[in-house]
Amino acid sequence: MLDVKTAVMDPLVRLDRRDRRADKFFRLAVQSCAIFVLIALLGAALSMLIGGREAFSTFGWKFLWSKDWDPVQKQFGALIPIYGTLVTSLLAMIFAVPISFGIAIFLTEIAPRWMRLPIASAIDLLAGIPSIIYGMWGLFIFAPFMGAHVDPWLNSHWGSLPVIGALFRGPNMGLGMLTAGVVLAVMVIPFIAAVMREVFSTVPSPLKESAYALGSTTWEVVWNVVLPYTRSAVTGGIFLGLGRALGETMAVTFVLGNTHRLAASLLEPGNSIAATIANEFTEADSSLYLSSLIALGFLLFVVTFIVLTIARLMLRRMARLEGN
Amino acid sequence: MLVPIKVRVLALCLAAMVFVSMSLATDITGAGATFVYPVLSKWAADYAAKTGDKINYQSIGSGGGIAQIKAATVDFGASDKPLKPEELSAAGLAQFPVVIGGVVPVVHVPGIEAGKMKLTGTLIADIFLGKITKWNDSTIVSLNPDLKLPDKLITVVHRSDGSGTTFNWSNYLSKVSDEWKTKVGEGTSINWPTGVGGKGNEGVSAYVNQLEYSFGYVELAYAIQNKMAYCQVKNSAGNFIMPSLESFQKAAASADWTKEPDFYQIITNAPGADSWPIAASTFVLMYKTPKNAASTKAALAFFKYALENGQDQAKTLQYVSLPSSLVKEIEDYWTKQIH
Repeated sequence: MLDVKTAVMDPLVRLDRRDRRADKFFRLAVQSCAIFVLIALLGAALSMLIGGREAFSTFGWKFLWSKDWDPVQKQFGALIPIYGTLVTSLLAMIFAVPISFGIAIFLTEIAPRWMRLPIASAIDLLAGIPSIIYGMWGLFIFAPFMGAHVDPWLNSHWGSLPVIGALFRGPNMGLGMLTAGVVLAVMVIPFIAAVMREVFSTVPSPLKESAYALGSTTWEVVWNVVLPYTRSAVTGGIFLGLGRALGETMAVTFVLGNTHRLAASLLEPGNSIAATIANEFTEADSSLYLSSLIALGFLLFVVTFIVLTIARLMLRRMARLEGN
Repeated sequence: MLVPIKVRVLALCLAAMVFVSMSLATDITGAGATFVYPVLSKWAADYAAKTGDKINYQSIGSGGGIAQIKAATVDFGASDKPLKPEELSAAGLAQFPVVIGGVVPVVHVPGIEAGKMKLTGTLIADIFLGKITKWNDSTIVSLNPDLKLPDKLITVVHRSDGSGTTFNWSNYLSKVSDEWKTKVGEGTSINWPTGVGGKGNEGVSAYVNQLEYSFGYVELAYAIQNKMAYCQVKNSAGNFIMPSLESFQKAAASADWTKEPDFYQIITNAPGADSWPIAASTFVLMYKTPKNAASTKAALAFFKYALENGQDQAKTLQYVSLPSSLVKEIEDYWTKQIH
């Protein structure tokens, strides 16, 4: 067979070679696209590290767990911004993941066909709103609502509970970790819901129909058929939302209260890494101050990386436990 | 076919006009304090209409303004915090004030209207230190026997971003309270002992308007625009003063501008019977021997126009223009220092 090919179809071999060259070139092109992302990421992280080296060399490891943030005495530490970033993002995920899941199930399994497109477009529209708009909505409409209705209720009903009561005792200001978490949730829901809806609709109908034919309820179909089939893509969508929540700046700045104080209560104001940088960058008048802010930016990289790695490891463990 | 040609000719004429006016006019660039931005852009618009010289001012904050002028990327920088004469001479810079404003304490207590509450500097410091926490504290009650003060916690509202407003506020509190000076100090950003932070004057205004029993500080224009309850403050002469353009002007006039070189003067806690204690000024920084002499000369011409003819524009925007004696001193300083 091979002999015949080389002997008789010489022009085809040449074509084959040209194809191979084109293929090689194509591979190189897409490879460099991927490498470009890596270089951009590494470059950003490295320049942050270099910009923050004055802060790291002055404060050492203490920078990570020091509560200080005193521009006058030039004492800086990252604990409070890191804590605020993690808590607000965690709260956002607690609210956003179940709601996005519900939206996606409704749109793919339950909603009548004519309803799907309008709701899906509304969600996409929500994703396109700039964060400053969420910030203004949060500050002028949502924070007063929280201060007048939600915070007092939490204080009086949950504030006296043992242990977790400390989370819900605080001033009824409407500003703070909880408000920031809810605003963040509203911001990331469109991203997570859009991904979930997209991947849920890729589940082959025969799979779902078989389950329905065996007498499964909609919930059983979603939980036992749709979700296992799409798990890694769903997790990807959640990561996308989490990444956005960790780095969100403007909206958080408006409703978080911007206070460098560590408080147990979710009703107390706090600070996040991105909000601190956005607030204080313009007037950072000493080089150590500026360097500390850039070092915070580097830590945001590190925090995001660690959180996403932990999430991936958890996913892998889950997959192993289920035996796939 | 006729229409497009006409349009093209018109466009060509327009382009030629723009080119001609561009080649005649100078572009002056500046960067710095956000506080002066409204009045500076008003002056710039009027000046451009009159002379054709355009002023391109980026309100990136005082810290940014100082950095930009030190890097010589702009013709002038603006800062709410004056630089020390040593720092100026090291960088080869000249400095002069351009406009006066004032920071006012604002409260949100139901039933208390603008101008009714009386405060002293040490009292404000104690509240912002978190030592006085309730509105019915005996110190506040003794100063305001006529007001109904509730048994409620005070929510302190401060700026979350670095700002000249904070610099003047903390500078005043450092002058009147030793405890504030040692524990907190002064700066464009400081380590606040208590309270929540709003971004910008508008952020603080929004928080104070929304949070009952709150206490913040903003520039007068914001207090008036947002109908906030500003307070009287006792000045260094012992009188309770209402914040107004007049009392800001008194503070600027009573300050001794020639005591230090380069107009290094922070006019908080100014002497004088009618001076507002938390008045503030914005300074412009320029090179004494600039690389681009032409645009620096154009910038000086602009500031001469603004200082001599810009009083009305300043007043409508709640700024105070400099007293004429000071304008004279500044112009003398220019001829001596900037070449």
